[in-house]
Amino acid sequence: MIPEVGHYALVLALALGVVQSVVPIFGARSRDAALMRLASSTALMQFGFVALSFLALTICYVTSDFSVATVFENSHSRMPLIYKITSVWGNHEGSMLLWVLILSLFGALVASFGGNLPAALKAHVLAVQSWIACAFYLFILLTSNPFTRLPRAPFEGRDLNPILQDPGLAIHPPLLYLGYVGFSIAFSFAIAALIEGRIDAAWARWVRPWTLAAWMFLTLGVAMGSYWAYYTLGWGGFWFWDPVENASLMPWLAGTALLHSAVVMEKRNALKIWTILLAILTFSLSLIGTFLVRSGVLTSVHAFATDPTRGVFILFILVLFIGGGLTLFAWRASMLKQGGLFAPISREGALVFNNLFLTTACLTVFVGTLYPLALEAVTGEKISVGAPFFNLTFGPLFVALMFAIPFGPLLAWKRGDLLGVTQRLMVAFSVGTIAVAAVFAVQGQSVLAPFGVGLVLFVMLGALTDLAERTGLFRLPFATVRQRAFGMPRSIWGTAIAHFGVAVSVLGVICAATWGTERIVAVKPNETVALSGYELSFDGLVQRPGPNYTALVAKFTVRSGGVPIGVVEPSKRSFSARGMTTNEAALMSRGLGQLYLSLGDINNDGSIAIRLYYKPMVLLIWLGAVVMMLGGALSLSDRRLRVGAPKPATTSAFAPAE
Amino acid sequence: MTRKQRRLILIGASLGVLALAAALVLSALRDSIVFFSSPTDVVEKRIASGTRMRIGGLVKPGSLKRGDNLLVLFSVTDGKTDIGVRYRGIVPDLFREGQGVVTEGRLEPDGTLAADTVLAKHDERYMPREVVDALKKSGRWLEGQAQGEGDKPR
Repeated sequence: MIPEVGHYALVLALALGVVQSVVPIFGARSRDAALMRLASSTALMQFGFVALSFLALTICYVTSDFSVATVFENSHSRMPLIYKITSVWGNHEGSMLLWVLILSLFGALVASFGGNLPAALKAHVLAVQSWIACAFYLFILLTSNPFTRLPRAPFEGRDLNPILQDPGLAIHPPLLYLGYVGFSIAFSFAIAALIEGRIDAAWARWVRPWTLAAWMFLTLGVAMGSYWAYYTLGWGGFWFWDPVENASLMPWLAGTALLHSAVVMEKRNALKIWTILLAILTFSLSLIGTFLVRSGVLTSVHAFATDPTRGVFILFILVLFIGGGLTLFAWRASMLKQGGLFAPISREGALVFNNLFLTTACLTVFVGTLYPLALEAVTGEKISVGAPFFNLTFGPLFVALMFAIPFGPLLAWKRGDLLGVTQRLMVAFSVGTIAVAAVFAVQGQSVLAPFGVGLVLFVMLGALTDLAERTGLFRLPFATVRQRAFGMPRSIWGTAIAHFGVAVSVLGVICAATWGTERIVAVKPNETVALSGYELSFDGLVQRPGPNYTALVAKFTVRSGGVPIGVVEPSKRSFSARGMTTNEAALMSRGLGQLYLSLGDINNDGSIAIRLYYKPMVLLIWLGAVVMMLGGALSLSDRRLRVGAPKPATTSAFAPAE
Repeated sequence: MTRKQRRLILIGASLGVLALAAALVLSALRDSIVFFSSPTDVVEKRIASGTRMRIGGLVKPGSLKRGDNLLVLFSVTDGKTDIGVRYRGIVPDLFREGQGVVTEGRLEPDGTLAADTVLAKHDERYMPREVVDALKKSGRWLEGQAQGEGDKPR
């Protein structure tokens, strides 16, 4: 009964979606307020029905109803409750249901918080949002129905893929989807603006908070994916330039660019057409990401579905929305009025620089990800494009971008004073240069790493310089500084903190990649392995039963300078339901660095192969992402964005004193 | 500055960055990509030693030997041709004789591969696509299918 309720709720959501796709636009044409308002009600109801459908599926999983095919294939009665819930989206069908759940959630949020939007714009936005929703409802109902029943219910399920039986599954996909799908709002706003043929600074003010929110979730989602891969895959890498990772990085890069160009549009009414294009491209990249990951084009743990009809269907959705969006753009963009003028050396100029480098970097990732697929489709030749390619292409572009970061916020709007800004950054630059020399003198083996550290310090201190300049730190009495610090728009704090966060992440990458050490050895019980000042002695193997697996645990005592500092227990878990083992690495944090130990094969002589890594500063990589997210959150809480779009007369009251 | 001049600066800068990116991409594509081959390809195309490449196939049953210091020796086969592989390190959990494997390394003068990467399957129900293709090409696909198609509900 419950699966049928879920299925039926999804069909009702589709019916509502069809109504919402057509009626509001008709209402906007005929200026019928009632028809336009209908969109808000249907958006809320759509969310209600999709949530009901998702709830029904969750109940099926929690109660282990193996008469439902997806539950049978991806669950097991002895799995812990949390994995029963997370396995709802640990498979193709359920993950698509999560996708539309979040899509309808964003629709409902626009409906409830978009009270101050012009009626016609709101109607158009919700209609476009509904087009996307309908495409995905149809996709689920026609090709990937999660509620399909089996003719005879089996007694036991086939278990969730053990790699996915991890707390990461509870966090990573929902965050990533909140990011991916959140960009659909920017897309819908862009399409609505093109349909109306009208766009102004207020438009950017509405789009910015949505983009910012999506960007925050995507930042965390990507970081979470990276951390999950780091501790699950067992060889200590945190980014593999795997197509699946690139699929999430591309929308992030484009979304970051969109975030910055929307600022120019809001503040200076310039870069309008570019911002619209970027909004379309960002969501297109999210769709491409979904396609790459879900269609089975790539082989990966993410590719649940290899049914070709699904791939073709998603490809069709892709062509429809990307092609349709770009065609509409080509047709209508010229109707939008040109924006304001600015000198190349100005805040606007710096943001254009940012956009140029972010989109180009995104393009290189796009080429590196899709070129192998295209080459294979055309010539049949198979190649692999790995880290060396991206280090050579993405690397230099990102370095240039990093170097420019401190200049942007310090430049004035319209016409900036590059010389003055350079003078103000002298301290940051000097410290960075000294750091290059100091790191080089101490380490000496690598040339790139000292420059990286210097660059990172320059960016960090540049962000602090911006704050110091604005608050008048070191120039004004403390009371005034404090007053200014609290009086400043929060978005200024947000900018500085987010830029600082970028530098923190990059510092983590540089340190872990350059000064990390590793040993791969076979150890016998009571033998000791030393690495970077730590000694690990192997105490022996123990069997330990888990809820739906048995674990072979290796106990190691860690000593630093002869003093025991703890025990690490890497293990191998054997899952009987699928006859599969997973490798659980053991992590021990020492400050911001980590000792990382994972197990290999057990040899006949009783020794066990281990991989041991020491990764200094590695935690900074993910902490940096959290700092970026906090910067975004602070910006989002800025009064201007929270209040929404005040009328032009009151705008100046909230504008930062720049 | 007029609007026209500013626009020219903007367009010039964009083209400059794009050209830079194109140059980077092209040079990286020449130097840092790795071609994938089946064992039969390696022999038939007479690929020069010293070339970096990826080879996919099955770990030949009976070929797996372990030496000191985590040395692993095995042969990759597509049913027609075998290539010896030498690897030092830890092989993945699902690395077994008779299973699909993708390995990357440098081709030695004696025709073996000095591998630095060994990839096996993510889970027991699926096989790397490259391996499937290599087996299909050598006409040995059905043997692999018994393992690869296990994911239909029984």
